[in-house]
Amino acid sequence: MKQDIYVLIEYLRGQVADISCVMLAAARELAQGTNGLVVGVLLGHNAQGLASDPLSGSGQWLAADRMLYVDHPALAEFTADAYQKALAGLIKDNMPCVVLFGDTSVGAEVANGLSARLGLPLVSHCYGVRVDGSVLKFVSKICGGKIMAEGALPETTTLVTMIPGGFKPEHGRGAQPPEVTTVASPALEGLRISLKQYIEPTAGDVDISREPVLIAVGRGVQRQNNLALAEDLAKALGGVVCGSRPVVDQGWLPTTRLVGKSGKSVKPKIYLALGISGAPEHVEALTGSEVIIAINTDPSAPIFNIARYGAAVDLLEVVPVLTEKVKQARSA
Amino acid sequence: MPIRETFWNIPQWAEIGQYVLGLLTVLVFAYGVFRRVQRWRIGQPEPRTDRLGARLLSVMVHALGQVRTAQDIYAGVMHLTIFWGMAALFIGTVLATVDWDVTHLLFGLQFLSGGVYVLYELILDILGALLLVGLGMAAYRRYIVRPPRLQNAPVQRLAWDDAYAIGMLALVAITGYLVEGLRLAVVKPDWAVWSPVGNTLAAAFTAMGDPTNRALHLTVWITHGLVAFTFIASIPFTKLFHIVAAPLNIFFHSLQPAGALAPAHHSSEPGVKELRDFTWKQILDFEACVHCGRCQDNCPAYASGLSLSPRNIMIKLDAYLWERGNGRALHGDVITADELWACTTCRACVQVCPVFTDQLAAIVDMRRYLLREGRVDEKLQRALTDLRRYGNSFGQSERARAKWTQPLQPKIKDARKEAVEYLWFVGDYASYSPSLIEITRKTAQVFQKAGLDFGILYESESNAGNDVGRVGEEGLFRRLVKKNATEFGKCTFKTIVTTDPHSYNALKHEYLSEINGRHPVLHYSELLDQLIASGQLKFSQKLGYRVTYHDPCYLGRYNGVYDAPRRLIAATGSELVEMPRHRDRAFCCGAGGGRIWMEESGVKERPSEARIREAVRLDGVKVFVVACPKDVTMYRDAVKTTGYEDRLVVRDLIELVYEALS
Amino acid sequence: MNIVVPIKFVPDLVEEMTIDESGAALDRTWLRLIINEFDDHAIEQAILLKERGGGQVMVVAPEVEGVDDVLYTAAAKGAGRLIKLTGDLGNANNHALARVFATAAKDLQPDLVLIGVQAHDDLDGAVGPLLAEYLGMPYLGYVSAVEVSDGKATVRKEYPGGLMAEMEVTLPAVLGIQAAEHPPRYVVTSKIYQAMEATTIEAQAVGELDPSGGLTVDRMFQPEAAERATMIEGDLTGIATKLVEIFKGLSVL
Repeated sequence: MKQDIYVLIEYLRGQVADISCVMLAAARELAQGTNGLVVGVLLGHNAQGLASDPLSGSGQWLAADRMLYVDHPALAEFTADAYQKALAGLIKDNMPCVVLFGDTSVGAEVANGLSARLGLPLVSHCYGVRVDGSVLKFVSKICGGKIMAEGALPETTTLVTMIPGGFKPEHGRGAQPPEVTTVASPALEGLRISLKQYIEPTAGDVDISREPVLIAVGRGVQRQNNLALAEDLAKALGGVVCGSRPVVDQGWLPTTRLVGKSGKSVKPKIYLALGISGAPEHVEALTGSEVIIAINTDPSAPIFNIARYGAAVDLLEVVPVLTEKVKQARSA
Repeated sequence: MPIRETFWNIPQWAEIGQYVLGLLTVLVFAYGVFRRVQRWRIGQPEPRTDRLGARLLSVMVHALGQVRTAQDIYAGVMHLTIFWGMAALFIGTVLATVDWDVTHLLFGLQFLSGGVYVLYELILDILGALLLVGLGMAAYRRYIVRPPRLQNAPVQRLAWDDAYAIGMLALVAITGYLVEGLRLAVVKPDWAVWSPVGNTLAAAFTAMGDPTNRALHLTVWITHGLVAFTFIASIPFTKLFHIVAAPLNIFFHSLQPAGALAPAHHSSEPGVKELRDFTWKQILDFEACVHCGRCQDNCPAYASGLSLSPRNIMIKLDAYLWERGNGRALHGDVITADELWACTTCRACVQVCPVFTDQLAAIVDMRRYLLREGRVDEKLQRALTDLRRYGNSFGQSERARAKWTQPLQPKIKDARKEAVEYLWFVGDYASYSPSLIEITRKTAQVFQKAGLDFGILYESESNAGNDVGRVGEEGLFRRLVKKNATEFGKCTFKTIVTTDPHSYNALKHEYLSEINGRHPVLHYSELLDQLIASGQLKFSQKLGYRVTYHDPCYLGRYNGVYDAPRRLIAATGSELVEMPRHRDRAFCCGAGGGRIWMEESGVKERPSEARIREAVRLDGVKVFVVACPKDVTMYRDAVKTTGYEDRLVVRDLIELVYEALS
Repeated sequence: MNIVVPIKFVPDLVEEMTIDESGAALDRTWLRLIINEFDDHAIEQAILLKERGGGQVMVVAPEVEGVDDVLYTAAAKGAGRLIKLTGDLGNANNHALARVFATAAKDLQPDLVLIGVQAHDDLDGAVGPLLAEYLGMPYLGYVSAVEVSDGKATVRKEYPGGLMAEMEVTLPAVLGIQAAEHPPRYVVTSKIYQAMEATTIEAQAVGELDPSGGLTVDRMFQPEAAERATMIEGDLTGIATKLVEIFKGLSVL
């Protein structure tokens, strides 16, 4: 028990989130040091199918040694309330070494609540974990991605919320289906949060998560008028314009074009980041990109830490020139 | 013996009727004026009785001399003939009244007799004719030529008001001539020839013969009387009121220097929310406006297609003053936020107004209210937040303000630590804008070559606050002033020199107690001009460029510095070709008044682009010289967007100086 | 309706950040502290709710450099009470801070607690959900719209991919604000001066801090330069040409 690594499997409307696979990859890393099992925990209602075949259709399985499935009507949709109550007992009874959650609008709420309720230490914004001799170490990314903080995981059961980027989701998937055990749920009463309905993002627009060429604009674009520069380049290159939070919050791009923690994760061939600083909430959605090219006047911007190529120039100056060259290349 | 035969052919009842109507007219006129003054008094107090001599002089020059009106020659001739024509006829009537009702009645003599009378008749006839010529010119321009600034007033009723003014004046003059002509036709005095117009008319009427002429004379006389009295009585109720309001407005206009921003009237709740928050003088401004539209013609915001027209602001505010219980709000219904934010505070409107209205003060006062209510676009909001937090609008740490100095050797003196002769106030743009830093470095090198003992405030310098005040953030403006002033207080220096006209303006006018009197404030062009004149600075090269020069608004129009930069250009051996709109008529680049911090939307042609197009029309001019860092930014951009990169290059004046020194 | 908004301060990322001699913490000498952006949104959302439905907004802040200015700004926006927690709070972790906020908030009897959903210097979780647990209230995070009626709050919660959920929670509750319905309003400097005259900041001393639940950092460092991008140098044309080559190399052109 004390050596096991638990992972709360995150899923939304029947789809297992990539972060779950990232966490499993991390869990495998840790389990090597503790000689424990990697246990995936899935909470839901009438979701046995999902628990036994979460990546259905892919021919792959979650890389856990065991899966625990907890069923209760109140767990049909995610609410922090219900999830916390369901997990509290499980953790107290088993006292695993580490419990991994996604640092998301699902996992973070549960982890924080449990830390306070059970008095367990909590590490957030965790980018990577590793085994250093007999010590388990964490590395978290804070301050807009500019600072890394490293330390040892406490000896007691520790809750960790993870961000993507440190581990590849592929390493959290395996060829063997884990053994699934259904666990009785505790009584879940006095729940104060309920889901009323989901609101779909506005349809009828491009799905940027399927586009191979993305031209992304951030705060550096300065004015709404300048978006036209990005549009021109996108047209010339055969790509699509998307943006980071500041641009979408202003209403310059619809929310369907938001790339980031609350937006879409993308996996293009080329991600051209224009005037984007590289804050973690944005960067975590880019980790599937093949090549990231960054343009930013600030050479110390964190985006240059994840880009393959970069240029410390003003996007407003270089983009028109680039568009011209692209047009010339196309017509040649 | 030539003498005025007053009341010839006029029966007793008509004579009495005239005096009764005259009295009635005066009463109605007085009531009208009283009503107007009452409206002005709803405004806040504002003392404007200082320097009475200067005020009287400006009335002489601008109300009687109408110097500004005459800047447009056609309009000058037109209006001066109308004004002096009417004034002459009015004075003539006064003299006739005194002649008959005072001197004749009380002392039994008439001074309008003999040679005096003949001269009197001649002058009046000629000036009366000129009046009609002027009115003809006015009607021709307004209704045939139809220049845009006289069209499309936001209040339709005003078109009738304009027509009334021209029509009524013409009617008074024409009926007057007819009366004279009819009288001369019957009486046929020997001296009739001294009334050339009347005499000519008389010839036509003679054909009709007596007693038709007499009957007609009486009818036309009565008509003329009624028209004239109606005219006078209607003055306070129509556009004609500018006869009273304009000289008053000119008398009470602000004698403060143009660059001093009038502080808010209530420091705790700055800005104008409703009409009564304006001062009485500002309300008089709206009343005095004659809708001539010159301000609109010179407004860069209007020219770029935005909704702001200074003329319309005045017209709408005046109409609103007289609205009865419509329930409309000043902000939103009468004046929109878009109009107010469009202003670049270039002051072309105030500069050109013939009746001295201050459209700009009204705009800034209304902006102050918008800011109080938080009605600002996000970009401006961020700029103000950055200014409050970091003292610059770039959102960069104040610690990075002097980063541009790093590669320079020898190190620039720190004015906070050692005494210097010249304190160089660098400004935000010159310090932080990556594309301008090269120019800032060149400036430092020029100062060094000139052997100046100069230093800067390094990180302790904050934005001088000029545009912060003009955007309406009074509190932040005063805070920045206080911060900079405290820093100045700790330093030992003789003169302040700056490369940024906006900072120059603020330093000259808002830092008075800390600087003025003890420390002159100079723009670098003034300083270098002085050094050239004294021989301390000598250019080793003659550049031979053919250039044009753009007068920055805050250096030229606001502070009258036109010649120093021009002498400097000449000293570098360059040939200056002026753009049509130059000196006090220079056309703003569009960045001022906080515009460079705002979203740009609804602009059809940027002012900077229009200016570049103006410059490329000059034969052989390759260099567009500016003297303000914001101008450099705006015009380099405009040259690219208009596609004239091969035709024109934008250089700051200091770059020419730098080149001429090397 | 009583709305409590606890706020915290974070290092301003505009400044260059350096690690101190111990190698395990940020060098505080040149650090500027500013209000956590998400807490600013929480204040804005609270003010909006008060403007719509009445009530009082109470802002609670730890005593750090610059806190007075931030509190007065909140008052100028419409906050009714300003509470400053005094004590050795400079190095408090989020668990300690949440406990301290919980003690203060209990006395204020809030119907609703609005707090920023996260802060960029969070290392041991976010204050909001911890605070909720210490107060015994339910927590909903990543909220971008709030309506209150009948002892319940209906909120919009953001999920990845642009998906949102409309959720309901019984009051009193803690909401973690991702974004207010519109960005924090600008409040003009003269109003802040007015607030300084008109409002008093109530100081409350906190007792001993309890940081349990937090962790120890052995080492802080800036991300490795080895992972850095290959920078393209040259003038604009040169850079554009190189980029076109890269595009061709990836078969995009």
